[in-house]
Amino acid sequence: MSPQSPPSFDSAQAYAEFVKGLWKENPVFVQVLGMCPMLAVTNSAINALAMGAATLFVLVGSSFLVSLLRDYIPKQVRISTYIVIIATFVTVTDYVLKAAAPEVHRELGAFIALIVVNCLILGRQEAFASRNTVRMAVADALGMSAGFAFALFCLGSVREILGSGSLFGVALFGPNYEPWVVMVMAPGGFIMLGLILLFFNWLRERRLGFLRAGAPGSGRG
Amino acid sequence: MSSQAEPSAFRMMATLTVAGLASGLLLVGVYELTLPIIERNAARALQRAVFEVIPGTTQMQRLVDRDGRLVATPDAQDDDAPAIYVGHSAGGRITGYAIPAQGPGFQDIIKIIYGYDPGRDVIVGMQVLESKETPGIGDKIYKDEAFLANFVALAVEPAIVPVPEGTRSEPNQVDAISGATISSKAMVKILNAGNERWLGLIPEGDPWTAAGAGAAEAVP
Repeated sequence: MSPQSPPSFDSAQAYAEFVKGLWKENPVFVQVLGMCPMLAVTNSAINALAMGAATLFVLVGSSFLVSLLRDYIPKQVRISTYIVIIATFVTVTDYVLKAAAPEVHRELGAFIALIVVNCLILGRQEAFASRNTVRMAVADALGMSAGFAFALFCLGSVREILGSGSLFGVALFGPNYEPWVVMVMAPGGFIMLGLILLFFNWLRERRLGFLRAGAPGSGRG
Repeated sequence: MSSQAEPSAFRMMATLTVAGLASGLLLVGVYELTLPIIERNAARALQRAVFEVIPGTTQMQRLVDRDGRLVATPDAQDDDAPAIYVGHSAGGRITGYAIPAQGPGFQDIIKIIYGYDPGRDVIVGMQVLESKETPGIGDKIYKDEAFLANFVALAVEPAIVPVPEGTRSEPNQVDAISGATISSKAMVKILNAGNERWLGLIPEGDPWTAAGAGAAEAVP
């Protein structure tokens, strides 16, 4: 994560910055960030993907600008400036979505505007974009938001399949399926998120176990 | 990273001012670009709902309550006074009135629009515009075909009453959804309140075609 690397390593490093957000530092499964939209809008796969796309646009746009302007923003006012930048992108997303896809906008409702307080976004500005080149910042933002969208989609598709018996609105089990209504309501979100976090942590632990065979299982930081 | 020296207060203010100004300009631009599309979407959605709840309608006119009289007011932009809509068929015959109404449901305010046929004095259609009723339970008020069938020819006089599912016998009764009694009763309450608010204002016959001027053509 060194800010200045020789140009020949640039592509490899940009790729590494992109890939780490998908799995190793996945914002949801590993960093447990952005839980509010994670729980609120994942009652169907399409809502989850729409939220993922909106977050991607905001995160990539903000990281690009913050990284571009990183030498001109005095650090005493950096957080306020980041928030202005993020809020601008969020509002643009809000208007554009309302004009282009009113049905999706109605489903997501206030949660589009609430992207501004998604700690994943401000977190990436402060931790990464403000101290890395534009290229690395964009790679990082793309990876993080793709990882976020992937996590949203995992939760959204499972909840839709169990809670409505469909995926992307296409019925899967025929008319005799009795939907688990709880899955599309708030408690179902918490239960499913817990189970998914459990599953991914189990995967991690297992992998760590392979790597350090015999060593006692240690909690993660 | 910026230098360690404390930047001047002016520099900090300038940074925030420039950020705010640039953001404001961009947002005004996007707002101006998207507003007409957003309004056209809303108008189209409303029109679709009106055409749906009054079968046979191809034209609609907006009617505003002005001191107890309905006045045809074509454009919604000049005021946000409460309004209903009158529908006409392609032949110019009056098909009915579409009445927006709202009231508290189980979770949040339910917003509906329903069609009223003054000739037969019945409700002829209903659509839920906005609701946060429980998925799988209360949302049957707009997903359950059997419940929606209540509103195909529902008498408004005497006042509408909810009855347990499957026991509807009078034209002013609504078969409630078992398991979603609160949402069903809320719907009946909303309809009765809408009727009380508007039906008294609706004039005999069809005074609207003569006026003609305000007839809204179908949005393409």
